[in-house]
Amino acid sequence: MTVSISPLKLSVFRGEADRGEMVAYSVPVREGMVVLDAVLWAQANLAPDLAVRWNCKAAKCGSCAAEVNGFPRLLCKSPVDDYAGEISVRPMAAFPLIRDLVTDVSWNYEVNKRIPEFTPPEADQHDPEPWRMQQVDVDRVIEFRKCIECFLCQDVCHVLRNHGRTDAYFGPRFMVRMASLEMHPKDGLDRRPLLKGDAGVGFCNITKCCQEVCPEHIHITDNAIIPLKERTADAYFDPIRALTRRLGRRSAG
Amino acid sequence: MDTAYETVETDVLVIGAGGAGLRGAIAAAESGCRVTVICKSLLGKAHTVMAEGGMAAALGNVAGQDSWEAHFADTMKGGKLLNNWRMAEIHAQEAPDRVLELERWGAVFDRTHSGLIHQRPFGAHTYPRLAHIGDRTGLELIRTLQDRLVHRQNVDVHMEVTVARLFASAGRIVGALAYRRADGGLLLYRARAVLLATGGAGRIYRVTSNSWECTGDGTALAYEVGAELQDCEMVQFHPTGMVWPAGVRGILVTEGVRGEGGVLRNKDGERFMERYDPERMELSSRDVVARAINSEVVAGRGTDHGGAYLDISHKSPDYIRRKLPSMYEQFLKLARVDITKGPMEVAPTIHYYMGGVRVDPETGATRVGGLFAAGEVTSGLHGANRLGGNSLTDLLVFGKRVGEAAAAHALQHGKAGAPRSPEVAEAIACLLGPLQRPEGESPYRLQAELQDLCSKYAPIIRDKPGLEEGLSRVADLAERSRTVGTGGPTGRVFNPGWHTAQDLRNMLVNAEALFRSALARKESRGAHTRSDYPNPDPSLATLNYVVSEGTEGMTVQGIGAEPIPDGLVSIINRSYEKYTPEETE
Repeated sequence: MTVSISPLKLSVFRGEADRGEMVAYSVPVREGMVVLDAVLWAQANLAPDLAVRWNCKAAKCGSCAAEVNGFPRLLCKSPVDDYAGEISVRPMAAFPLIRDLVTDVSWNYEVNKRIPEFTPPEADQHDPEPWRMQQVDVDRVIEFRKCIECFLCQDVCHVLRNHGRTDAYFGPRFMVRMASLEMHPKDGLDRRPLLKGDAGVGFCNITKCCQEVCPEHIHITDNAIIPLKERTADAYFDPIRALTRRLGRRSAG
Repeated sequence: MDTAYETVETDVLVIGAGGAGLRGAIAAAESGCRVTVICKSLLGKAHTVMAEGGMAAALGNVAGQDSWEAHFADTMKGGKLLNNWRMAEIHAQEAPDRVLELERWGAVFDRTHSGLIHQRPFGAHTYPRLAHIGDRTGLELIRTLQDRLVHRQNVDVHMEVTVARLFASAGRIVGALAYRRADGGLLLYRARAVLLATGGAGRIYRVTSNSWECTGDGTALAYEVGAELQDCEMVQFHPTGMVWPAGVRGILVTEGVRGEGGVLRNKDGERFMERYDPERMELSSRDVVARAINSEVVAGRGTDHGGAYLDISHKSPDYIRRKLPSMYEQFLKLARVDITKGPMEVAPTIHYYMGGVRVDPETGATRVGGLFAAGEVTSGLHGANRLGGNSLTDLLVFGKRVGEAAAAHALQHGKAGAPRSPEVAEAIACLLGPLQRPEGESPYRLQAELQDLCSKYAPIIRDKPGLEEGLSRVADLAERSRTVGTGGPTGRVFNPGWHTAQDLRNMLVNAEALFRSALARKESRGAHTRSDYPNPDPSLATLNYVVSEGTEGMTVQGIGAEPIPDGLVSIINRSYEKYTPEETE
């Protein structure tokens, strides 16, 4: 059932790191077409080496993240008829470009290795009975575990995108990751020293751009980053605690 | 043409990073081996991520009377007894432990009122058996394993690397040739054991729920290096894929919709499953439901877009959004349908390969020394039809077993052999060939033709003339593919034209195996339906069609399976107490 409407003018960034340009393609439109379909049509018919990542085409794997008319989106979840006229597609700007729409996102995988994995307390680890948890407790982390690692939140985070501070801040994706571990009913580790230190939770100044682009509608800032900031502040910057810590040190000394 | 390659040495090479590959890699690493995992995509993007409904295990948390025996019996009956009974037995017995283990590694599941892992009903499972989290259980599984893996010692993950050839020497696996997508660089892996976990070949069809990478790489690699394939005619049509709009045709609609109470109706509003399986209705096995929808459409009772209506809107909107969040989102965004208010339109879509590499049921060993396989790339567990939810526990149960077996093999065989250099040179020439043929035919065109012909000549209902026509067309395509190009540009940096040419090679092997096996099986059983042999033939119930490479090309041979032991036969024939759900909502 192919319904022919007037063709779509699709421009796609083509090129490698230091050189590239927007190239226009005329693509026939089908009912229900998403931007990824348009890009793949151009690839199969006009530009066989057009580099684009995609896997599931069902918004479940997070591979086809790019910037559509300047807005970070999943290409497979962007219906063509959401846009009037021309559609332009560019690669994510926060990551080094490999070619065309494909960027080098390997830094994210390195960051994940630095976050200590799920670690239940000793007693739970050796509990011979199946674990019991209440739905209400599980519901708190379910939201974070919906993350499909498209890295759109990393792309739009100004700490990473505009200031390039990959040395100082793990980025929203990994705040969500840490929230999913810290708030897991059976996790026993304390990641607050990491949050305050290398993970750099203090670098987020709550502009909520990450939250706005999340295709899974995770309330990244509200439900993950702010509570993590509070936990960290509670541990390190509570004035009464700071005072008792100093007094404790003095009396111990 | 730059034919240089880097050499990587490892103990266990795991090819594929879905559920089976990751679980296998963890098992091999925890056995003390150095492990290298090759992902065709980025880590965590494998097709497992799309599994929705849940993982089947007889935990008995919702129905206390569930048991491994009941799970085993359901699996065998669902597979029309073509299953390898030992695999089905192992799977049913070990699945609960693997699910609980995953929870101990941090996986989060929906809970029962008493705080245990909740289990939902699914097609042809006697009891509610699917541990799940909403409708994104595969994501939970893959993320948990991914995180566990990257924190193990002695594990390297090579992302966006595709294996083009396996090498064996004196009947033993010695290594693999691969290329890196990012820069087109070549890699020669030398390994003491190889674990294939590359999934299925759903992309040989036009309308499929499968992701980009499901091009049957593992089956083709195993076949070419001397392993046997089996049951390649058994391709599962999932009853419910999206049908409209055209652009989203084939995308999966989880069986969880029916598990949660969704009903199927034809265009006249009739709940037609009453005519096909009055007992189990919408929760009949997938082969039955898929054929039922197909029959309704053929009889002119289909929807405008050639499907059936699937309706869950009688449940409360809150319940639907909580239990089926990604279905809600998928239909709202892609079809502009609010499933809390009205029905979805669905039709069968290619979903799963029951057939694949023939393996030892205990260890996943193939007949090539040191070559092991686990997950969808193998055959046996699911017989002629897979039950929903059995795939995810397949990955965990056999991923672990096969990972351990591969590690044991690697530790026993001190030194990795070396691939013979003429073979390596030939494989490199073959891999780089399309880059030297800018004028060659477009790989995209050949791939599209293959998808069209598989869809047309090996559809849900098959017959001899169609299958013969399909086989002959596959042969023509295979001939044309010898001179396939990249579509023009010949750069090696992330050139998908080149990648498609390589995938095409594997898809053609899978398509040939499908047509030859489908011609050989002269009966209807499970997913394999022949209009010219409409009934099951009891004498073929214990016969597997086995594909291997002969001197004259591909051969298919019927091989009798080991009979099911009496003890297990009585478990299959036992009558299981019917489950009556308590009202939970």
